[in-house]
Parts: sequence; structure tokens; C-alpha cells
Amino acid sequence: MNDKHIEMRGVRKNFRFFTLDEVSLELEPGQIMGFVGPNGAGKSTTLRLMMGMITPDAGEIRVLGHEIPRAQAVAKRDIGFVSAEMRLLPHATLGWHMEFMRSIYPEWDGSYAATLVKRFNLRPAQNARSLSLGEHVKATLLLALARRPRLLILDEPTTGLDPVARHEVISELMDVLRDESRSILFSSHNTVDVERISDTITFIDRGRIVESGDKEQFLDRWRRIHVQLPPGATLPELPNIVKREADGHFITLITNQYSDGLKNLAGPHVTQVQRMNLEEIFVANVVYNRETRGQ
Amino acid sequence: MLCIYSMYSGIHISQTDARPMYLQIMEQIRARIAAGDWPPGKELPSIRALAAGLNVSVITIKRAYLDLETEGVIVTRHGKGSFVADVNGLAGELKQEQLAGHLEQAAEIGRLLGLTEDELAARLRRAQRNLEKKS
Repeated sequence: MNDKHIEMRGVRKNFRFFTLDEVSLELEPGQIMGFVGPNGAGKSTTLRLMMGMITPDAGEIRVLGHEIPRAQAVAKRDIGFVSAEMRLLPHATLGWHMEFMRSIYPEWDGSYAATLVKRFNLRPAQNARSLSLGEHVKATLLLALARRPRLLILDEPTTGLDPVARHEVISELMDVLRDESRSILFSSHNTVDVERISDTITFIDRGRIVESGDKEQFLDRWRRIHVQLPPGATLPELPNIVKREADGHFITLITNQYSDGLKNLAGPHVTQVQRMNLEEIFVANVVYNRETRGQ
Repeated sequence: MLCIYSMYSGIHISQTDARPMYLQIMEQIRARIAAGDWPPGKELPSIRALAAGLNVSVITIKRAYLDLETEGVIVTRHGKGSFVADVNGLAGELKQEQLAGHLEQAAEIGRLLGLTEDELAARLRRAQRNLEKKS
């Protein structure tokens, strides 16, 4: 049986000013999931629930087949978790941290760690305190990667990195996926990274999952349709339109279920059908969902 | 918008290109095959190796390979990998079949006209000479 690496079903967590609710998602082995949402949408809370750092008020969470938070200790042996909030001990060197990880985790891969030190341009003798933001992020990633966990859960792994460092990190993540028994879930609001390397995408907004699914299907389904109506003509009523803007004879439609059938329905006045990038899809999706939820 | 360019056998993916990434990959693979750089039978990089090499999701490469397979450009043998299809071999076979069909028809018409074998062969040689003159 092909066990899912992450399974969340109807998860709810109440805070005083924020509620995460009806969170369901699945991550298969061998896949990268991009977890996208605006600030304060509940991305970090969801990741912390997966890690058993907070307990859900309702719903089920299974990670690597283990029930969370009950069996979190077993699950965590095979999970690498990195978040921007993590701080290395300021007065210890990167080398000390690597040695520390080696002593705890029998799977620690010393030669891979050495390779990563080179690829990330890090210096093991350097104190954590004097690392730049980018170096700090790369150091925490190195400590997680070199354990060779089956599942990597990364909270905003590329935020604050310069383009070169981001490229280095993304290459390393893609390298992990050469092994189809491993998987990655990473949260980000950099939709360019997500669009490029994710197999599945989950959108979250205001504590709810907006949509979760196959990236290629997302990019295929969402389209912008431009129509120019001749005087007197009207556009027929069309299904699956999430946004409609009219400016005189010019109408722009956004659909989340594009098909040739829809284009034919729209009639002969369609001037252009455009694909949308993930950022445009994300914004349109979030706005549409807020409208339909009456917020 | 920042754009990451990666390299794998010179294949480039541009995120500012309006075409989807899987189409960009398909086009560049087709070009390599058409130019003869990737000859028939050549094994393509595995889906995961190409994904890692291009820093593009596995699902995108899968989609490109699947569509190339549907087009008959590559052949995927389960558990063995993907290979450049032997298009010339296939085309050659088709031409052989076509020739056999036409020759059969010519023989049939020749019989109806009461031509002898030598007369029919002479007509074929004449047709060949006409073709040479034209080209």
C-alpha cells in the first residue's frame, strides 16, 4: 500500500482571534506540496499542528502513518522541520551544531553534510551569531537535510534569501526528490517558486483551505477570457465564471473551469484566451472565495 | 519578477515565457530529436533526474513526457525508462507498405491493358527517367 506522508481530515484549532477550520489535505510520497496563503492565513499554524507542537480541537492528523500528536515522537525521527523562527545557539559554531545532530540522529549523513556546507558556502567554524539571515536559513536547512528525513516540512524556506541563495536552496530541495520515497511540504508566499517546483498546491486563506490539488490542473483550468462585443450584442450567461469585468464593449472574464466548450459558449466575439500564472490564480481564487463566503 | 534559469542538456525553462513549462520542455526535446542530437533509441533522462536538473516539479516533466509519448516522439517502456522513438524506422516501414500497394495497383492496371512484364518494367524505367529530368 502506498501510504500517504501527510493526511489531515477536518482539523480545527481555535484561538482567541483566529480559527483554523475544516483543514483537510494529503501529501503523497515522492511529491512536493506548495502551501500558499497570505500573511496570517494559518500556514504556520497548520505546519505546527502537523508537527504536534499544538493540539487540534477537532479532526485527525496522520504524518508518515503516525497519529499526531499522540505518536509524534516516532514520526519526528523521520521528519525534518525548519522554520524561520528557529534559532541556532548564538555562541556555538555551525560545526558544533552538526556534531550535535550527528550524536542524536543515527541517520545523520556526514558526507552529505560536508557537500551541503560547500554548496551553501557555509563555514563550520563560524559562530551562529555572526551568520547573515541567508546563511542562517541555509544552516538550519543543512541540519535538517543531512539527517535525510523522509519528510521535510519547511516554513517559508526561501523567504529573505537573495536570488542566488534561493536558487541553491531550491536545487537542493529538487535533489531530495530524486528519491521517490521522500516528500516535501513547504509554505511560501513566493508563488514563482511554488509554481516551478510543486507537484500539488494548497491555497489557504483566513483559516480555511481554499483549494488543494494537482499543479498542472490548476494552471490548465484557470483562464482569462477577453471579449469584445459589437454594438448591440450581448454575452450569453456562462457557467464557472469567478470574475467578470465590463468596460464598455470590452469584457474580461476569469474562469476556474476552462474548456473549449466554454469558449464556444462565449461565442464568436472572444478575442483572446490567456493562461494565468500561479500568482494571478491565487489572488483571483482568494478574492472569489472571500466573496462566496460573504466576508 | 525573478526568473530562475537552469540547465540540463541545455534545456532552459523561462517563467516569463507565456507558454506553460511543460510545453517549453516538449519543444526543446523535439528540437533535439529533430536535429539528430538525440538519435532514435537514445534513453531520455529519468523524470526525477530531469526534474532535479531543471528545478522543475516532477509532475511537469511527467506531463511533458506523457504528451511526447502520445505524439509518438518518445516511447516509454514500463520500468525501463523513456526512449527517443524510432521515427525513421517507422516511416521507412510505412513507405515500404505504400510502395508495395502502388506496385500491386500498377501490375493490376498493366494486366487490364494487356502489357507484358517487360513493357510494364519499361514504363517504370521511363517514369524514373522523367522524375530524374524534373529534379
